[in-house]
Amino acid sequence: MIHIVVCIKQVPDSAQIRVHPVTNTIMRQGVPAIINPYDLYALEEALRIKDKLGGFITVITMGPPQAENALRKAISFGADEAILVTDRAFAGADTLATSFALASAIRQIEKSMPVDMVFCGKQTIDGDTAQVGPGIAKRLDLELLTYISSVVSVNTDKREIVVQRRSEGGVQVLKTRLPCLITMLEGSNEMRFATMPNMIRAARATVKKWDRVAAGIEDPGKIGLKGSPTVVSKVFAPTPKTAKAEIVQTESNEPQDLAAALLMRVFTRFPHVADEVRKNAAV
Amino acid sequence: MSVEAKKPAGKKKFELDPRLAEYRGIWVFIEHERGAAHSVSWELLGEGRKLADKLGVPLAGVVMGAPGEATRGFCLEAFQYGADLCYLIEDPLLNDYRNQPFTKGMTDLVNAYKPEILLLGATTLGRDLAGSVATTLQTGLTADCTELNIDPEIRSLLATRPTFGGSLLCTIQTLNYRPQMATVRPRVMAMPQRDAARSGNIIEHPLSMIETDIVTKVLEYIPDQNTSKVNLAYADIIVSGGKGLKKPENFRLIWDLAKVLGAEVGATRPVVQSGWVEAERQVGQTGKTVRPKLYIAAGISGAIQHRVGMDASDVIIAINSDPNAPIFDFATYGIVGNAMTILPALTEAFRLELAGRRETAAA
Amino acid sequence: MEKFDAIVVGAGPSGNAAAYTLAKAGLSVIQIERGEYPGSKNVQGAILYSDALEKIIPEFRDEAPLERHIIEQRMWVLDDDSYIGTQYRSDAFNKAPYNRYTILRAQFDKWFSGKVSQAGALVICETTATDLIMDGSRVVGVRTDRENGDLFADVVILADGVNSLLAKKAGFHPELKPADVALAVKEILFLPQETVESRFNVKEGEGVVIEMLGKITKGMMGTGFLYTNNESVTIGVGCMLSDFKKERISPYLLLEQMKAHPAIKPLIEGGEMKEYTAHLIPEGGLKAMPQICGDGWMIVGDAGMFVNAVHREGSNLAMTTGRLAAETVIGLKQAGKEMKAPNLAAYRGKLDDSFVMKDLAKYKDMPGIFHANPQFFTTYPELVNQAAHTMLTVDGVDKKTKEREIVRSFTRSRSLFGLAGDAFKMWRAMR
Repeated sequence: MIHIVVCIKQVPDSAQIRVHPVTNTIMRQGVPAIINPYDLYALEEALRIKDKLGGFITVITMGPPQAENALRKAISFGADEAILVTDRAFAGADTLATSFALASAIRQIEKSMPVDMVFCGKQTIDGDTAQVGPGIAKRLDLELLTYISSVVSVNTDKREIVVQRRSEGGVQVLKTRLPCLITMLEGSNEMRFATMPNMIRAARATVKKWDRVAAGIEDPGKIGLKGSPTVVSKVFAPTPKTAKAEIVQTESNEPQDLAAALLMRVFTRFPHVADEVRKNAAV
Repeated sequence: MSVEAKKPAGKKKFELDPRLAEYRGIWVFIEHERGAAHSVSWELLGEGRKLADKLGVPLAGVVMGAPGEATRGFCLEAFQYGADLCYLIEDPLLNDYRNQPFTKGMTDLVNAYKPEILLLGATTLGRDLAGSVATTLQTGLTADCTELNIDPEIRSLLATRPTFGGSLLCTIQTLNYRPQMATVRPRVMAMPQRDAARSGNIIEHPLSMIETDIVTKVLEYIPDQNTSKVNLAYADIIVSGGKGLKKPENFRLIWDLAKVLGAEVGATRPVVQSGWVEAERQVGQTGKTVRPKLYIAAGISGAIQHRVGMDASDVIIAINSDPNAPIFDFATYGIVGNAMTILPALTEAFRLELAGRRETAAA
Repeated sequence: MEKFDAIVVGAGPSGNAAAYTLAKAGLSVIQIERGEYPGSKNVQGAILYSDALEKIIPEFRDEAPLERHIIEQRMWVLDDDSYIGTQYRSDAFNKAPYNRYTILRAQFDKWFSGKVSQAGALVICETTATDLIMDGSRVVGVRTDRENGDLFADVVILADGVNSLLAKKAGFHPELKPADVALAVKEILFLPQETVESRFNVKEGEGVVIEMLGKITKGMMGTGFLYTNNESVTIGVGCMLSDFKKERISPYLLLEQMKAHPAIKPLIEGGEMKEYTAHLIPEGGLKAMPQICGDGWMIVGDAGMFVNAVHREGSNLAMTTGRLAAETVIGLKQAGKEMKAPNLAAYRGKLDDSFVMKDLAKYKDMPGIFHANPQFFTTYPELVNQAAHTMLTVDGVDKKTKEREIVRSFTRSRSLFGLAGDAFKMWRAMR
């Protein structure tokens, strides 16, 4: 029986940020919150291991009260238990403070059931830093395996795991000991569809809520804003490039005339681009 | 290490806490795998040079690898790209990248020589290493920065990166911890000039580990099958397609044009997510950043998430049937029309132009 | 698979009203919603009618996210760049408990759905009911698009909106005709609270509703609206789908033009667009209503065409029909009776006794009349505005001459016969 902890994060769905069809302004309001898509690859891999070897999956997240929805969603895919680590003191946490909080919570989970593996998504779509996974691994002294494209085998007797890890230009096949922390590469699997029985189970489930004390955090100086070495000093909109595109038009507006006109303009005004095109094509 | 903040009160001149002030110098991790250095390392040296000059401190490269010519060669290259000195750890255990020994090596170096700023490329290796190092050193790490600056008064690194799905930018500082760490994606910074005459000092340091200390073993390395490796990040001409092409079959038109131009093929995230092309071809905030001389975007609206990945291109040609598409706000040239007819016309036009030229050249 | 007392398809106002009432009475309820979260597929003006919600959740005012209570109603008839209107504001409206509120659908639905879960119903989102499971002619459950996704219950309540595919599939509901639905688009524009209050002359918590008719719909049959929320305004326009198809005008462009109308522009100046949505609204009224209950099934809300287009009331009918359907089921359950057509017909009885059927019956001819008489949306607004302009312009012409001019312009446009006919039609319809 293998016990896997999966760390997830609820994030705003930036892919659903829409643009108004007439004014072209970006609308950020009313954007729903979703499970960070990268975390789904981690959860699916954990579920596959559970399917093969039998086991128990605990899903955990550090977030505001509404992050409970993300945990329920994880249960609907097949996770067994969910813990929401939530406390005002966590607000403003950067990745160092976040990994501290999650690591403490995982230590607490260990007290009731030893943890064999921790899965994290590679990064989040709102933070994009890919630091929390490595941070947790370091704190809990877990072997760190990042950018894993597949789990080849898990041997619970020998406490060994073999994985494939994406590297530049190829794949490293690594072997290491449990317990370990894995961050999954995107596209490495496809999340299954939740079955109705699991959806009903998720609707009925009780999500455990831990404040910082329940999560085993004694020193509040290490969490939230206080525990964050990095500080956001400014948020601003990128300065728009004022030069708009020169729209190419011809009398006929036939594709071949437009193409010819465009080529002429590019080649005359940008000789270095013309050179590059000729150089490339001559090969 | 960290210190309690001492806020500069009123007009009193700001004095950096002496324990933080002990940390001086800009370091760039020189990443290499299987005998080749990753060019993001040179891009970071170029950027590091500017930061070092502003602060009046030396710029150093950090090289870790198996003993031999190849590893030392990276130090020499680093000097040519602007490093004043190079910290070198040579050990057979560092032959292949593994998190544990590399983290120990880097953190030992940092604790011994105390840099104020440490930069790494935001590659698979770089991110793996940066996260562990930052946590071990208990310091701040800002990832995927698009801009790096210095506030000289307080000797602080100003790291700017996108936020809120890319529609806004934010500047982050690590005020009370050292070193200030940052990762930068490949191709975001420009490649500096190489000066073959330049050289510097190498400072060696031991790893002090044995194989049995290291739990993870590399069983084998499997190189990628496709010989046509996708080299989007360094391509000089890219033809890219978006969901405006409507059907996966229409993406063929992008390939046709790319073939005539000898260009690489790129795509937007929705196209990749729909499975029209492989993920390596995604250009944008969560994909690759590119800086080609020519970028042709067909059926791409120009949403910010894609834009940040390609708006540093020299010339951008946009083809879109919607005259209000945001891409026309920043492209160099635009054609408002149906990509399905414009692309073949463009392909033909380029083909004729190049055939004509080749004939003239041959004549 | 376990069997439930009731399956509710849809988590909009009618579905929530039904599920909540059933769950509160202790019945086992499972509610299926197609969208990512309750309300994600739902669009409304939005005005909340207290009366309907009070009967379901009496204490809603303590918890529900409400924007402003409405103290003033304006009715405008617009010409190209002018308007004539009436305004009704009353102190009576400003005395608690308030009768109508503006709401933001996203927040409100989330809250309402939370109450439904709290009451004990299982709310399952991102799941589409694809078919009804029949046993002969009796509905015994619902098939969904999930693995092991067949659900069984004593009764299935269809609350899946104007496009209820299930109802159509099962033959309870004919194909929607474009002439029976309106397409409405709306935007929410962010404005600081003080700006809303100064422009509309209201104090904190107070709100204004503006209903508009006229040239803004470019000759098509439709209306516009502007509501004040706490820190935003909702502005929208809706026209008959059949007219949109005929005139080939884009609804968004229509809205943009309306926003540029000189009467409207200053009210929304500086507003930052927060959200835009579009939806179909049932407009056919009583004549378009399908069969509403049968063996093991009932229809509530927009799916049953329960919308009073004349008074622009939809959500109160939705909540009321949801509640009445639930009460019917509860009554049968307590009496140990089966959910068969003759027993469920009590639902129809309850509807007839309520304002729902009474209002729909009263206005059943309106849609037809408006369809056949487009002059109500173009000629009249023009004439009425011109008349006002003439009367109100002080230019040295005496009032009597002006009056004669006005009468002449009306009769020229519509002829005395036409005017009389129009008046008669309106009177007949309203009766």
